[in-house]
Amino acid sequence: MTQSVLEIRGLEKSFRMHHLDNQLHAFSGIDLELSQGEFVLLKGANGVGKSTMLRTIYRTYLPVAGEVIFHSARGRIDLARAADIDVALLRAEEIGFVTQFLVARPRVAAEEIVAEPLILSGKSRQEAIEKARHWLNVFGVKEKLWRAYPTTFSGGEQQKVNLARALILPRRLLLLDEPTASLDVGARSALVNRLGELKAEGVAMIGVFHHPGDVQELIDRTIDLSVETKPRDMEPLNVAV
Amino acid sequence: MIAPENVKLAAPQFVTTPPVLTMRNMAKVYGDVVAVDNVDVTAYRGEVLGIVGESGSGKSTLLRMMNLEEQPDHGNYKLDIKKDIDNLFELDRFAQRQIQSRHIGIVYQNPHQGLLMKHSSSGNVAERLLIAGERSFAVLREKASDALASSEFPLTRMDAPPIELSGGMQQRVQLAKAIALEPELLLLDEPTTGLDVSVQALVLDTLKRLQQQRKITMVIVSHDLGVIRTMADRVMVMKSGKVVEQGLVDQVFQDPQHPYTQQLVHAKL
Amino acid sequence: MKLKSLSKPWEAVSYGFLDASAKREIRRKMLKAVAVPGCQMPYASREVPMARGWGTGGLQISLTLMNPKSIVKVIDQGADDSVNAASIRKFLTRVTDAKSTWDTLEANLIQSRHRIPEERLTRDQILVLQVPNPEPLRSVEPNMSIARQMHADADYSRMWLQLYEQIVRSGRVMQGASYPSMVNGRHVMTPSPIPRWDVPKLNMAENLTILSAGREKRIFAVPPHTKVEPLVFSDVPYKVEEHHNLTCARSNLQGYFMNEIPNEDGTSSYEVSDSHLGIKKLNEEDGDTNLIGDTWYKNGEWQS
Repeated sequence: MTQSVLEIRGLEKSFRMHHLDNQLHAFSGIDLELSQGEFVLLKGANGVGKSTMLRTIYRTYLPVAGEVIFHSARGRIDLARAADIDVALLRAEEIGFVTQFLVARPRVAAEEIVAEPLILSGKSRQEAIEKARHWLNVFGVKEKLWRAYPTTFSGGEQQKVNLARALILPRRLLLLDEPTASLDVGARSALVNRLGELKAEGVAMIGVFHHPGDVQELIDRTIDLSVETKPRDMEPLNVAV
Repeated sequence: MIAPENVKLAAPQFVTTPPVLTMRNMAKVYGDVVAVDNVDVTAYRGEVLGIVGESGSGKSTLLRMMNLEEQPDHGNYKLDIKKDIDNLFELDRFAQRQIQSRHIGIVYQNPHQGLLMKHSSSGNVAERLLIAGERSFAVLREKASDALASSEFPLTRMDAPPIELSGGMQQRVQLAKAIALEPELLLLDEPTTGLDVSVQALVLDTLKRLQQQRKITMVIVSHDLGVIRTMADRVMVMKSGKVVEQGLVDQVFQDPQHPYTQQLVHAKL
Repeated sequence: MKLKSLSKPWEAVSYGFLDASAKREIRRKMLKAVAVPGCQMPYASREVPMARGWGTGGLQISLTLMNPKSIVKVIDQGADDSVNAASIRKFLTRVTDAKSTWDTLEANLIQSRHRIPEERLTRDQILVLQVPNPEPLRSVEPNMSIARQMHADADYSRMWLQLYEQIVRSGRVMQGASYPSMVNGRHVMTPSPIPRWDVPKLNMAENLTILSAGREKRIFAVPPHTKVEPLVFSDVPYKVEEHHNLTCARSNLQGYFMNEIPNEDGTSSYEVSDSHLGIKKLNEEDGDTNLIGDTWYKNGEWQS
């Protein structure tokens, strides 16, 4: 019997736009259960709220209703209501989020950005940098770029740095928001390999993929948001910030 | 004002990170201007708490209170230091200054406020150590150069007076001075506002690195949302002396609840 | 009873020049200063027939302390015969009918500018030092109110910082005269512009020392048997002027604080700064004996 990692019940999200005096509905009535080592694919048409749901779980968006019970190593916690500081702690230790966009701090070398989660988790700088180089290499970032600033990289290279950083530390729960979007073939297969490894280690994952074929063999379950959610005055949402 | 209807009061379910700074019901009125209106602040160990707001929102007054430079009209202030003190504002000025000089570090926007411009840079750092009672010249030298090195200040210039240094270097001296005694709390008052953009990035980078290495609890006040977004873990948004919204930095920036925060975030270039 | 029996005959000037209420105020302030060693006490500082900054502070203390039995010695940078010392001595004896002397051992009141005599003072003697700038924090904190707060908090880090800066810039502590010193472990004072050579003479001394600044209107004191410690870093020892091996060109005295006299050929010769000590030495060579008393330094070495 595998251990449950995440239990979502009746999750609902809408955005209130004060300047329009308007409410934008994203999704509602979502139920989902996720166990260790399980890989769930979210699917649905554009604008159905797939990314929004990942962000709501991650608490980048505040849920309007429902529960997001996370079975942390420290105990059971409702991410929808948890104190910010607890969420921050869980993000540092147990919950990872992989986006297609890298928010790089200016003038920080690629290897430092990748090593940061390891350093934060208490690893020595030396060890962290070595691991960072390993993963940069695996994802196909050329060695001469390791010490360069990712702000100057192309979109694809930035994405590789981002993946290396997000996947360097095994998490309990990993949220994947189209991580394959702008990747070349080599990096894509490296990513799929790494995800497979992490899955085998027991990492639970929820992912949104444009081309689910890439990760076909990892998928345990598929959830179709367009069926699950009950649309009410749905407007296409474009809330990527 | 429209009440933010879907903000839930987040009750801690397990807080394993202890608070370092706890302020309750802080209030300060200047004449008939309410600078700080019953504000609660908690800063947890090792986190970076950002405070944003426009000029006159009360954020700087709040920071001055954290540094015990300003006495509130009422309010309770606890700092997680070894002594068991219920409210720092009930201490006399002498005891407050002891705590200020040993447990709180501050970097001001204007280096003239935080530094003796004509003393040496290392001397500026050494002063903090002297206040704490260090009386060995060799130890002063060593600790001052350690602190300057941690602030990524070029040690070849450690005895140059700040007045001869660039703005970015002056901020590094302030930072070295602030961290020399390894304070429980590091306060940053618009630390990069006076600097040009490229230097700003370097100083923020140093701050970030230092924060990660030493796990210093920081409170950073800025009107620059970019600075807060880069530096902070959590953010408080202030307006007219009140906290209108607080939360994780990405949440406040990407899913702001309060009309004022929405305006503020959307106004960003 | 007649009114006449209650009053004194008319006098042109009060005894000791100062009026009784001025003396009373100064006595009270001296008592306060003794009670809190090293702490500056403000006082009114009356007009005296001398310009402010020429020793009016010391003069008012001397005038208050003197009585017809006093034997007063006045020195200016160690010399009894400088114009300033001579004028003050004449004035003091004229308004008090007290005796004057050049001999440190004979005097019971010594008013001095910038030196402490080389012979040990005893419990029966009072040393009055003239002080130009009583506030040791003046150079690091020009705001007097804040300086007073710093004294109240015993926050002397800025003074230490000044020493730090001197070592950083010059490789050694450059402070010569007025070396800031901690009195009784509590207040930092300026010992008036005496050389570093003289500061140890204040520590645990037998005599009472009163320091008074007339222009700045401050009195402070070092009572007998009170610790006076120059501010020093634990690893940078306090150093007095290197006069140990200098010889006085007139008296052949050696191992005392010297005045440097430049010669025409660019060299220097030296004269003992405590001028009457030199006179005693010369008189001893003429046949007198045992004129020189116990001194703080012997052969240039401090005797504790």
